[in-house]
Amino acid sequence: MSQHILLRHRDIPNLDRLEVYRKHGGFEAFRKAVTSLQPAEVIQIVKDSGLRGRGGAGFPTGLKWSFCPNTIWPHYVVANADESEPGTFKDREIMESNPFQFLEGLMIAAFAIQANAAYIYLRGEYWQIGKLLDQKIAELEAAGLLGDHLFGSSYSLRLYTHMGAGAYICGEETALLESLEGKLGQPRLRPPFPAVAGLYARPTVINNVETLANVPPIIQNGAAWYRDFGTDKSPGVKVFSLSGHVNRPGNYELPLGTTFRELIYNYGGGIREGRNIKAIMSAGASSSLIIANEKALDTPMDYESLVGLGASLGSASVIVLDETVNMAWLAHKTTHFFKHESCGKCTPCREGTYWMTHILERIVDGKAVEADVELLQAVASQMQGKCLCALGEFSILPVLSSLQKFRADYLQKVAAPSLEVES
Amino acid sequence: MTKLVTLTIDDQQVSVPAGTLVVDAAKQIGNDIPVFCYHPKMEPVGMCRMCLVEIGRPMVDRGTGEVLLDENGKPRIQFGPKLETACTTPVSEGMVVRTQTQVVADARREVLEFILTSHPLDCPICDKGGECPLQNLTMGYGPGQSRFLYDDKIHLAKHVPLGELIYLDRERCIQCARCVRFQDVIADDPVIGFYNRGRRLEIVSFSEPGFDSIFSGNTTDICPVGALTSADFRFGARPWELKQSASICTHCPVGCNLTFNTRREARAGGNPVIKRVMPRQNEQVNEIWICDKGRFAYHYTESPQRLTHPLVRRGEGFEEISWEDAFRLAAEKIGASQRLLTLAGGRLSNEDLFNLRELTLAKNGQTVLYSDMAGGDLTASFGLAPGSNFGSMGKETAILVVACDLHEEAPLWWLRIKAAAQRGARLIVLNPRPTRLDKFAAHSLRYAYGEESAALSAFLPAADGPETYRAAVADFQSAENVVILYGSEGIGLTQSQRLAHTAAAVLAGRGKAGQVNNGLVAVWQRANDQGAWDAGFRPLEDLPAALRKAEVALIAAADPAGDDPMLAQALEETGFVIVQELFMSETARRADLVLPVQAFTEREGTFTSGERRVQRFYPALPPRLQTRADFVVTAGIAKALGLDLEGRAASLVFLRLAKTLPAYAGLTYTQLAEVTPQYPIIGRSDLYYGGTAYDNHQGLGVQLPLLPAAQPVVAAGAQTAAPTAAGEGEILLAPVTRLYDRGSTVLPSTLLHQRLAGKSIRLNPQTAAGFGLNAGQTVRLSRDGWSVEARVELDEQLPLGVGLAVRSTGIPLASAAAVRLDRLTVASAD
Repeated sequence: MSQHILLRHRDIPNLDRLEVYRKHGGFEAFRKAVTSLQPAEVIQIVKDSGLRGRGGAGFPTGLKWSFCPNTIWPHYVVANADESEPGTFKDREIMESNPFQFLEGLMIAAFAIQANAAYIYLRGEYWQIGKLLDQKIAELEAAGLLGDHLFGSSYSLRLYTHMGAGAYICGEETALLESLEGKLGQPRLRPPFPAVAGLYARPTVINNVETLANVPPIIQNGAAWYRDFGTDKSPGVKVFSLSGHVNRPGNYELPLGTTFRELIYNYGGGIREGRNIKAIMSAGASSSLIIANEKALDTPMDYESLVGLGASLGSASVIVLDETVNMAWLAHKTTHFFKHESCGKCTPCREGTYWMTHILERIVDGKAVEADVELLQAVASQMQGKCLCALGEFSILPVLSSLQKFRADYLQKVAAPSLEVES
Repeated sequence: MTKLVTLTIDDQQVSVPAGTLVVDAAKQIGNDIPVFCYHPKMEPVGMCRMCLVEIGRPMVDRGTGEVLLDENGKPRIQFGPKLETACTTPVSEGMVVRTQTQVVADARREVLEFILTSHPLDCPICDKGGECPLQNLTMGYGPGQSRFLYDDKIHLAKHVPLGELIYLDRERCIQCARCVRFQDVIADDPVIGFYNRGRRLEIVSFSEPGFDSIFSGNTTDICPVGALTSADFRFGARPWELKQSASICTHCPVGCNLTFNTRREARAGGNPVIKRVMPRQNEQVNEIWICDKGRFAYHYTESPQRLTHPLVRRGEGFEEISWEDAFRLAAEKIGASQRLLTLAGGRLSNEDLFNLRELTLAKNGQTVLYSDMAGGDLTASFGLAPGSNFGSMGKETAILVVACDLHEEAPLWWLRIKAAAQRGARLIVLNPRPTRLDKFAAHSLRYAYGEESAALSAFLPAADGPETYRAAVADFQSAENVVILYGSEGIGLTQSQRLAHTAAAVLAGRGKAGQVNNGLVAVWQRANDQGAWDAGFRPLEDLPAALRKAEVALIAAADPAGDDPMLAQALEETGFVIVQELFMSETARRADLVLPVQAFTEREGTFTSGERRVQRFYPALPPRLQTRADFVVTAGIAKALGLDLEGRAASLVFLRLAKTLPAYAGLTYTQLAEVTPQYPIIGRSDLYYGGTAYDNHQGLGVQLPLLPAAQPVVAAGAQTAAPTAAGEGEILLAPVTRLYDRGSTVLPSTLLHQRLAGKSIRLNPQTAAGFGLNAGQTVRLSRDGWSVEARVELDEQLPLGVGLAVRSTGIPLASAAAVRLDRLTVASAD
């Protein structure tokens, strides 16, 4: 991207300083919203822009904001800065280097749903970012951009940061709300959905950090401008967190619809040590593995096109795996992660991730037989459709997809130990 | 009128009120959808995933809202892409539920397989075996074999005391959260909770002492596996070896329905012993719960200290005599006397009390109730009308609780009234200090100890009460129904008399006497005080004087000498003392004739609860050879006197009672044994659903009708009773009740010893400082010739200037009184 929309600090030095941010148009969108737009108008602009949630679910943002009933008060906005999906590190860069754009987006969202308090829930490991944001919030309060009667209007807004304590499940929106309320971080039953009954049972909008960072440019430049980027059904830009066996891992802000090939080879510098690419995980650990053939590499990265590959875009944490990786080993890694992070509330995930991890351990340690591979398939399948939240459901994706697409990797591991196997 | 919704479950149509959950709708037509985490008395959580079923809903045109029809004109049904949990899904019109399809059967088998991967192979040694929902549901829906490698099984701690009363086995726990939710939502004691996550998710106790809740035992009933067991019963017996007997708890006036489980044992010489106490379902009294005192404090009935033979005084000691000789001697003394005083305690059954009454009246004696509370005559006229039920009270009812720490005095009423308040009932608490009920009260009002009647007078019609009471009074006066409960917080007989009259006058002022969910409830100190009042027993202001004057004192189920040295002294001067007792109490020790009686577990009879419900209890154990039921003893004495009293069977005594006491007219044992279907459906075959409490086959009891008031009731008068003044070196002490006291029915249960109230006085820190006292110091209290040592405990929530002493801990205080206080210097003190 020549001119970044989200990672603007790469174009403008010191953008994390309030005076620099304001010099480059910062908080004009917020001022515009509060002083000249109705909350409903702001929601409409975001709806029209086609912005979709960047945290993984891809739900239309404007539509989510419109769900808050105007009969129950107060409303809340919560920024999900839990960023715990393995391979995701985009929100971190935004918050560290372009914090005011994120905060401005949060503030516009709050105005749009008429919330007077907004919370930023950060994963516990981001305590330094939390401190940083507290500082920035204090600066905004001093500058009269947060507090009472903003711009002389009747609108008041305060922002608060809240640290998590190291649980991936607290990135799940209802578990996040539980944690924010001071309770055990376990997901809630839905319905009711947070937009109707969220924080303290009040209407709450929960948005990802990157989603919110898109909002100021959209309000400033208009929905049509935003639609110029990306595709028809997936408009806009996305920060892709590229990692794995590439020469240049990192965050890349690109229009949605950019192909895997472009990301991995043009921006990522191709596979390290000149090896062959084998598989792609497009949604971090919560991915159905994509066989990295020509067709896959030419597939545009957006919310629709990946369905054809049996995968989804998720938070666009693109992990690239080369030919040295045994997919059974990979499945063990992801399953071990999900077992560790499972909240334990529902039976299939609590017991299933534990069981799958043990089977995969045996497979990876060379202590398994082919029947164990069948068993793994069965256990993963019987978790499907039964879990209380997406953690359990997604934990089986790497397992089932690797069994389906890379079965040879498993069979290699269960061959008789005396045989020399090519790893 | 709640709207009805019609849905189809496995091709059977059923109509249920809107809001009903699919799992409950199915239960009503006998379709038992298996559950673990769901419990009909709690909100669903959808955690265990056992109740997954296929749910389809009529397809609706998004634009027009019209239901789409198929070629047969029937609504097109869209089944969801995934199975849904029946416990979290409310019914909707036209819903189609399928529970018997292959995909549902697979889901149930798979969920069970998951649960069993972590579950230990403990059935042979697990208490729950035989009454275990996991066993039952595995047999019904589970896999026959496990594919899980034994070596992969997780190993966790197996004998974790959450407190000394409840043990947790972490391997057996299936993380259903029933225990945590019960404690949080129903008991309001969130002292246990989850810790850690994933497969390591475990229950921990947060309180000190551990699992600090008087309702903790209930979690062992609703735990669907053998994870939670009680220290009293664990490793005790197999459920299928146990016999069940219906009974009623005798510790407080709620009258919780119990089931005693007994088993014959070699260590008892082949006789049955009580293995455990379980709740029995009575949705109008205790639902399916009991408190831990009722669950664990039964050991006194089997104590080796029980009296075993009639005894007559010989010099300083006793000699055994036969029952005939005992009856003859008693009759001789009673027959020769002009002044017979019968002192009865509220633990006696209605039959015991009736026979004592008949005997005493025939000899022109006095029927005295051993109690510090008044008002049983008023509750007979102003009590809860038949049909009243705490469980049906909501926002149209005002519940006023005065001078009572309900959590300690009548736990299940506290539980039910709290629930009523949460349903919208206007709860007004009038008490000198904060109690556990304040949290749920719409109004929490204070008054000084001694001013309870004046405070309550603010609720009389056209009364001019304090400003702070105005809102509460308005709420009370505008409520459709009104209930008043009065206890004995800091008061004795005289004050109780004033309070009861004021309460009755307040109720009379509302003019609702006799209407359902209206009335006066006395939180008696003993289980059958109401029955005693109905039988004509009355407490006496000056009991010592009456005892001194009595030529013969017939004392049953009371230990005045043990409670108060003044009464012990008075007994010295009584002519001939006959005592009917379970133990060689202090009173029995001073008696001339000691007659050993049966515990309520060894015979049958009836008790009348504080809600005026007469309930039957049945024998759980055979009686001991030389003991007799109290009513049999009285009949024996009467026979020797030439009087005809029924002594053959309790049911026959009851028939006479019903002919004599107007409120009991027409009642029979048969009526009392009637049951009607109760909801939720629980019991042995439904224990996966509601827990292991027993269903009720032996009787729900009958609420007595109200009698017309003898005379118009007059309030005590708004003027404050002159507060007892404390002089120099004295402190005003007020008696209060604690659930776990040191009474003779509690002490033999050693497993409760860590929780019993100590012999102590509680003071506000400022008051203590005024006496130069710190927490933990020992003081000497003395008054009226008694003197005891007690420890000092500090409590910031107490008002200034008054100390609290717990009843039945050894401090003889029948009412608020000025007591001399001396600091005791301890050698090691600084």
